[in-house]
Amino acid sequence: MAMNIKDIYKGLDIPADIFRDKVVKSIYAHAEETAKDVIIRENKRVDWDKKLDDFLTSPLTGFPVMLLLLGIIFWLTIAGANVPSGILSDLFFGIEDKLSALVLNAGLPAWFHGLFIQGAYRTLAWVVSVMLPPMAIFFPLFTLLEDLGYLPRVAFNLDRVFKACGTHGKQVLTMCMGFGCNAAGVISCRIIDSPREKLIAVLTNNFVPCNGRFPTLIAIAMIFMGGALVLEKSTMLATIAVIGMILIGITATLLVSLFLSKTLLRGIPSTFTLEIPPFRKPQVGKVIVRSIFDRTIFVLFRAMTVAAPAGIIIWLAANVYVGNTSILAAAAAFLDPFARAIGLDGFILMAFILGLPANEIVLPILIMAYLSTGAMVELDSIEEMGNLFLNHGWTWLTALCTMLFSLLHYPCGTTLLTIAKETKSIKWTLTAFLLPTTVAVLVCFCVAQTVRILGLV
Amino acid sequence: MGLTNQSSGINVLRERFNVKSNLEQPVIALAGNPNTGKSTVFNALTGLNQHTGNWPGKTVLQAQGTFSYKGVEYRLVDLPGTYSLLANSAEEEVARDFIYFGNPDVTVVVGDATCLERNLNLVYQIMEITPKWIFCLNLMDEAKRKKVYINIEKLSEKLGIPVIPTVARKEEGLTDLKEAIAGMVRGELTTRPRLVRYDREIEEALDYLVPRLSSVIGERYNLRWLALKLLDGDQQIINHLQAQFSN
Repeated sequence: MAMNIKDIYKGLDIPADIFRDKVVKSIYAHAEETAKDVIIRENKRVDWDKKLDDFLTSPLTGFPVMLLLLGIIFWLTIAGANVPSGILSDLFFGIEDKLSALVLNAGLPAWFHGLFIQGAYRTLAWVVSVMLPPMAIFFPLFTLLEDLGYLPRVAFNLDRVFKACGTHGKQVLTMCMGFGCNAAGVISCRIIDSPREKLIAVLTNNFVPCNGRFPTLIAIAMIFMGGALVLEKSTMLATIAVIGMILIGITATLLVSLFLSKTLLRGIPSTFTLEIPPFRKPQVGKVIVRSIFDRTIFVLFRAMTVAAPAGIIIWLAANVYVGNTSILAAAAAFLDPFARAIGLDGFILMAFILGLPANEIVLPILIMAYLSTGAMVELDSIEEMGNLFLNHGWTWLTALCTMLFSLLHYPCGTTLLTIAKETKSIKWTLTAFLLPTTVAVLVCFCVAQTVRILGLV
Repeated sequence: MGLTNQSSGINVLRERFNVKSNLEQPVIALAGNPNTGKSTVFNALTGLNQHTGNWPGKTVLQAQGTFSYKGVEYRLVDLPGTYSLLANSAEEEVARDFIYFGNPDVTVVVGDATCLERNLNLVYQIMEITPKWIFCLNLMDEAKRKKVYINIEKLSEKLGIPVIPTVARKEEGLTDLKEAIAGMVRGELTTRPRLVRYDREIEEALDYLVPRLSSVIGERYNLRWLALKLLDGDQQIINHLQAQFSN
């Protein structure tokens, strides 16, 4: 068959663009005619959906409403999480006492008690009591907004800002996805057609705090910014701190996007149409059940599976001595000078490094590490967690820098693997690691140094 | 319904693009505009929990599942939502290639009853590719709320295709849909698609091209659509044919 496919249609002289135009026109005309024939419309009196949309996406009210909604969600999360957190930790540490008594009475050796009760069990108990309540409140609320159809309206509101930074408005949708999971956020960047803008969205998705980092941010905010350490318990302050973190994340996304589109990934933003879907009544019951099972339990389980072995490793590192110092203390001491310069301490930095596989375990590792250094406090409430941190020299600056570092640092292992798979390039994967890390170090360094020079701590 | 186990964490790395199906298992493709509830239909049929959410472009991974109806197991493939199949984007290409080259036994086009006209644009393009499809008109409850009434029988007649009204989130109309799918797979439910007639110039070109294509590649593919793509200068399709049938 020595025939060239191109020969078949060589003789036809319809230019491709005119051809496509004609085809599309015919299709549209057909669709219009068919639709007109089969649809019966009743006159509506008031179009509430449209009125609501005008309100939610107007340049004047769009942004305040957005912040307000976000604020309400976090306020509910923080205000609601305190009490169950306390109840859970009371429960778990009550059980710990009983377990300890049981193990010691059974004549089991002290190292066994240390490894499994003080190591694995205690870390698990902390993960559950600190992380479960905020997640169980936050995820259903956020999912309700998604189901309602609010997210594309956020994208619409922010579109102009992103355009100004040389990127695609749909990047906002990928960021919303990132709130759930950065790996999923990176995958969702496929909705952006232009390769340049897709890459920018991939590289900056990490600046949106994911499932794994929200509980960390919320817990630290509850302790230092609002709750436990201030005489007047101020849920409001903690809420503002968390929203502040998200705004900083968005600002970082915009600035880094702008930087990328002026340097490595030069180009002009492409145009696109964004469909604003109708509001839909969310299926409240289903949303609550599913977001508890699919997100909350999922994240918690992931944290627990990594936290238990991490607890054991940290207990071992704290109790195996080389010379006069434990391995743990030696590692922390090694990291300490650099960590101090960026407002953290050696233990915090170590927790972030060990937390590469999953962001969920950074806080548990840190608690474990602190607990194992001998400063044993009876941990029976979230206030005590604050005291534990205070005993290790935390100030509000440490809390702030830890939150900033958590927000801005490198993506977790899963996300990096996903980026490698999506970009098929080691270079861009490395960039995705180094770029946020550089930003995190720079920001934390500047904040820490400024605060210290001004003598605010 | 928000992110789920399947759509976050390590699971996003596990993509399943290859349709693994027993030979007896009929393959059903789900296509449609973004945000018409394809994933909701998918979940309702398969009992899986694919991520659903009220925003367009959410299904970027191709999801697959199975469902049984009257003793037969069907494999369901959820394609990315697209406004057209002109292959302007990666998603359109995925959806188009699957429907054309993947040759599913039935393609179910999920449409939004509140904006029928826009959905019909895609419908007419899919019709061009395959005659084996069903129009699942979803979100009938919302259309009712917006006081939009659709004459289903007349629509079905105008398209020459079965039209099944559904409210997927309340699982209404799904048995009818399954019945239609089963009927089409068994060959009892047939269609007479009423294709778009283009300009005289284009139709003449098609009349000229189709027999010539047939002499080269036989009747295995839908030649009218192939001819349309050639006229469109679709480089990907041209290369594909070139590789397969030249010399």
